[in-house]
Amino acid sequence: MENPAEGIDQSAGNFNYDVKYEFDAGSGLTENTVRYISDVKKEEDWIKEFRLKAYKVFMDKPMPTNWATDDLNNIDFDKIRYYLSQGQAPKRTWDEVPDDIKKTFERLGIPEQERKFLAGVEAQFDSEAAYSNIKEIVAKEGVIFTGSTEALREHPEIFRKWFGKVIPTSDNKFSALNSAVFSGGSFIYVPPGVKVSQPLQAYFRINAENFGQFERTLIIVDEGAELTYMEGCTAPKFSTATLHSAVVELVAMKNAKIQYITVQNWASNVYNLVTKRGIAHEGAEIKWIDCNIGSRLTMKYPGVILKGKGARGEVLSIALANDGQHQDTGAKMIHAADNTTSSIVAKSISVGKGRSTYRGVVHIPKHLKGCKNNTECDALLINSSSRTDTYPAITVRGDDHAVQHEASVSKVSEEMIFYMQQRGLNEAQAMSLAVNGFVNDLVSQFPMEYSVELKRLIDLEMEGSVG
Amino acid sequence: MKTLEIRDLTVALTDSPDQPIVKALSLTINTGEVHAIMGPNGTGKSTLSKAIAGHPDYKITSGDVLIDGESILEMEPDERARAGIFLAFQYPAEIPGVSIANFLRAAEQARLADGENVDAAAYYKRLYSKMDDLKIDRKFTARSVNEGFSGGEKKRCEILQMAMLEPTFALMDETDSGLDIDALKIVAEGVNRLRGDDLGVMMITHYQRLLDYIVPDFVHVMYDGRIVKSGDKSLAIELEAKGYDWIKEEFATTTA
Repeated sequence: MENPAEGIDQSAGNFNYDVKYEFDAGSGLTENTVRYISDVKKEEDWIKEFRLKAYKVFMDKPMPTNWATDDLNNIDFDKIRYYLSQGQAPKRTWDEVPDDIKKTFERLGIPEQERKFLAGVEAQFDSEAAYSNIKEIVAKEGVIFTGSTEALREHPEIFRKWFGKVIPTSDNKFSALNSAVFSGGSFIYVPPGVKVSQPLQAYFRINAENFGQFERTLIIVDEGAELTYMEGCTAPKFSTATLHSAVVELVAMKNAKIQYITVQNWASNVYNLVTKRGIAHEGAEIKWIDCNIGSRLTMKYPGVILKGKGARGEVLSIALANDGQHQDTGAKMIHAADNTTSSIVAKSISVGKGRSTYRGVVHIPKHLKGCKNNTECDALLINSSSRTDTYPAITVRGDDHAVQHEASVSKVSEEMIFYMQQRGLNEAQAMSLAVNGFVNDLVSQFPMEYSVELKRLIDLEMEGSVG
Repeated sequence: MKTLEIRDLTVALTDSPDQPIVKALSLTINTGEVHAIMGPNGTGKSTLSKAIAGHPDYKITSGDVLIDGESILEMEPDERARAGIFLAFQYPAEIPGVSIANFLRAAEQARLADGENVDAAAYYKRLYSKMDDLKIDRKFTARSVNEGFSGGEKKRCEILQMAMLEPTFALMDETDSGLDIDALKIVAEGVNRLRGDDLGVMMITHYQRLLDYIVPDFVHVMYDGRIVKSGDKSLAIELEAKGYDWIKEEFATTTA
């Protein structure tokens, strides 16, 4: 296989296998569902209490349709299945992974990628990780890479200290939902001074219909340490809606660096409602690279709380909204210390009747000094029926800060397409090239494997969009 | 030898098909020949070239365009391009974020069968050698296509593309417009280098001065959507001396 990230592809991901689930929480969400999940996982009381409290918060919180799309009301929480697993611990070698699950990941090319360029892989199948492995050399340095289920058992002291601290349960309705029923996701701890040179990767696969995937990821990178983490996601296309609602918390201690890369390519029936946030302590750096392709509705605004002096936060975001899709994405930068710097570059592409929305929050309070933010959001419209909206909320108090905001909307002109066609490219190839050109300055900052993959995904999307 | 035949071609704007711009025009161009099309502004010269290339703003209401006897009018613009038609644009479009190298590579890739890939090393070798021929700085290839280019750079970029894609028929639309004399010489030199038995050229120009540098085999004068006079390069010299008014008068008397 030429392309190391071949698996993250909607058409290639559009298959599923009939899998026997040992544990099934059934359809619909009640307090008993939450208890069932906690019992299956043999959790301690504090975490069970945490879940039950979160369940109440979820039930009490209204849908945020006062600012977000009414399409949220079409999620039928009673039809969703909240927990499905075969009840086995994740395997350390692919040979041990049950055949029906293994063939899914093989088809998605995951073991291949692992051999080629990753320091470790966790592969989640519906609710639980089926496979989890970290290269010996990385593990020897004290790096922990496991699932949230296992971390709760094996590393409770670190887990409990940070869990739910970056994103409180009550942050929003979907963070509360995740807090109640979470399962799977990654837990990573990198000890002080350890620089993990190859990325760790997680792959999230939805296999079952009407399923809700609620992974919970917690990453702690200790003083002066560095980590790149990548995640990919796919699901087969079912006729009914599927829900993916993750919570991702990052902690970058003093002078630590975290780069978190997402290339998601959900099928067009998936509600993707994800809360992602990191805390950057003194001199630390958190960078989110977020590529959103596919899904029916994505709502995701990766954020950084710049808690320590001189901390840096960065979001590079690319969203492609095809026909019938709504990408509601953006970024949050909360400055909470002097001389903190943040940068947001968001590019969205709307195709056909696709809709993209940018929401950004930049907050710099009055008592701080020397903070900087640069926000740039550019939208590209492919057809006259495409739509884009921008809602930047920049609150800057005090006068010792430098803030810059630029926004642009452009259209792929008929002249540009004709010019490319005149050189022999067909209409879809011309569109792809125009879109790739539009995101090029961002993509060139991505690791090679992902820029290649993103280009291919854009080509696939544009191929399907030209009638 | 290959032949591009324009047969009784009538072209109008897609939005107003009842008002023809090109009127029953006929012209045959063989490979190895350079045809200059001259004429006052607004007589349909650019329309003719864009219509042959398949621009969606123009509608061919009657007549035909054929390569070696096969009509190309049912083809999409990209199919016509791959069939050997190259249009050097008067105003080339900008493609932000797409480098010249990547653009040309995509254009070459589009000419290959499914499953075949451009050999990157061979491609760059060829690209650089063509650039050396045209005296274009290699740094040029990293720039986005036409974005922020001067008039001269845009035209040179068109010539480079033509050199790389090796068309059978090149339609050059006012390639000389907006060029100072030095840029004009460089562009003309590039075209002369590409001239040969395997290329037919239709060169549209308003001014005679381009023809000092690219000597045509045939000169046609276009007026009111038709070719009203044809000759060899001496016709161009006559036009230069007398201007277009005598053509207009002659045309007025013949149609009166």
